[in-house]
Amino acid sequence: MALAQADVLAGLKEIVEEVAGIPAASIELEKNFTEDLEVDSLSMVEVVVACEERFGVKIPDEKVTDLVTVGDAVNFIVNASN
Amino acid sequence: MSQRRVVVTGLGATTPLGGDVESTWKAVLAGQSGVRLLTDDWKEMLPVHFAARVATEPADQMERVEMRRLDRSEQFALIASREAWKDAGSPDELDKERLGVVIASGIGGVITLMDQFNILNEKGARSVSPHTVPMLMPNGPAANVGLELQAKAGVHTPVSACASGAEAIGYAFEMIKNNRADIVVSGGVEAACHQLPMAAFAAMKALSTRNDDPARASRPYDRDRDGFVLGEGGGILILEEYEHAKARGAKIYCEISGQGLTSDGYHIAAPDPEGSGVQRAIKFALQNAGMTAKDIVHLNAHATSTPAGDVAEANALRKALGADADHVAVSATKSMTGHLLGGAGAIESVFLVKALQDRLAPPTINIENLDPAVTVDVVRDTPRALPAGDIAALNDSFGFGGHNVVLVFNSI
Repeated sequence: MALAQADVLAGLKEIVEEVAGIPAASIELEKNFTEDLEVDSLSMVEVVVACEERFGVKIPDEKVTDLVTVGDAVNFIVNASN
Repeated sequence: MSQRRVVVTGLGATTPLGGDVESTWKAVLAGQSGVRLLTDDWKEMLPVHFAARVATEPADQMERVEMRRLDRSEQFALIASREAWKDAGSPDELDKERLGVVIASGIGGVITLMDQFNILNEKGARSVSPHTVPMLMPNGPAANVGLELQAKAGVHTPVSACASGAEAIGYAFEMIKNNRADIVVSGGVEAACHQLPMAAFAAMKALSTRNDDPARASRPYDRDRDGFVLGEGGGILILEEYEHAKARGAKIYCEISGQGLTSDGYHIAAPDPEGSGVQRAIKFALQNAGMTAKDIVHLNAHATSTPAGDVAEANALRKALGADADHVAVSATKSMTGHLLGGAGAIESVFLVKALQDRLAPPTINIENLDPAVTVDVVRDTPRALPAGDIAALNDSFGFGGHNVVLVFNSI
């Protein structure tokens, strides 16, 4: 069964806050990971691995560069869980 | 070009005796021990159950998110450097191409290395942190400080085991002397209170096993010493070109006026019993500073509390200084801090600067029976006043591999 978008966003907010110290309240679907949230390439790797563990999905390395915004990541995870 | 002189304009530290220079120095003058029983379960695997961990955990001094990307040794470097930079008056207006960093570590991020090895085995390669390499590299402490301060004159990390911290300060001294920089953040750190390095040092029979009395285990020059006590933390000195410091009205603690570097070519770990490398390092340091043994009133010794090392060093000091050793107050502060390895020469240089400032040689604690083979004048139990007027002092540090470093500091 696919995960709900709201649940994935809530989980992703917790992960980004933990990894990069960005307050969860400022993490929204349209925010760009590098430009808005200042998640650098190393921290992005941590975010990806933490998402895989938390949501039980695989995020292939070649897809990571497509995850530009928080919304991209949420959508990818929701679809991958389907 | 006229001869450039180098002065100390800032100090920082985090040690087993305190989270900054002031609290650490106060504890040193009071003769307190920073050595405690370990609370980790793994200590039961080891023949040694104690160490000298920092008095203030980094978590009390820095943000959680920052900490998780930094090895413990890098955390110590940033904490001590921030204190030292502030103490130097935060000279942020300096041209960053004239700012250098030389911070040593003897071992590097060994705790990170072991933690990530465990994660690899338990959870697989994908779970290994992408921050692992910047955390475990021995130049990580220097690199992180350089990044924070935007230093662009050069960031360096000499590695010479327990002489590393002193060698870093000497390197920084030369950077300013040679006109590569006007200010250099220098020192050393170590964070190796972990079961593997402790088991490894214990395997060499280098560590004290006085488990029933940890606070009295580090006892340089005592007849019954049985090895060193592992410590952690670090010390940072801001070195600055004298005219530069004067021009900006900086507080000047003292001058660093010389260094001597030699190697033993004798054994990978044991000290040369003749101590000829140490004697030559002292001679070169005094020559470099334009001084003689008559000028020296105090020495912060390497003296780690090992049976062979302390006597070899004391003999070398006596031979190098001759009759002038009689007016040199020798302090072995590892009796209180334990042995900070790559941080040792740095924190002991901080103590030397404070000793010159306060005109007080710190005590050596835990000497119940002075080893009769020690023929230098050891300051025991309580601080000793140093003379008024122009005075100079030495810090010597030695490392596995046969590295000898001697630094000369003087009042100004």
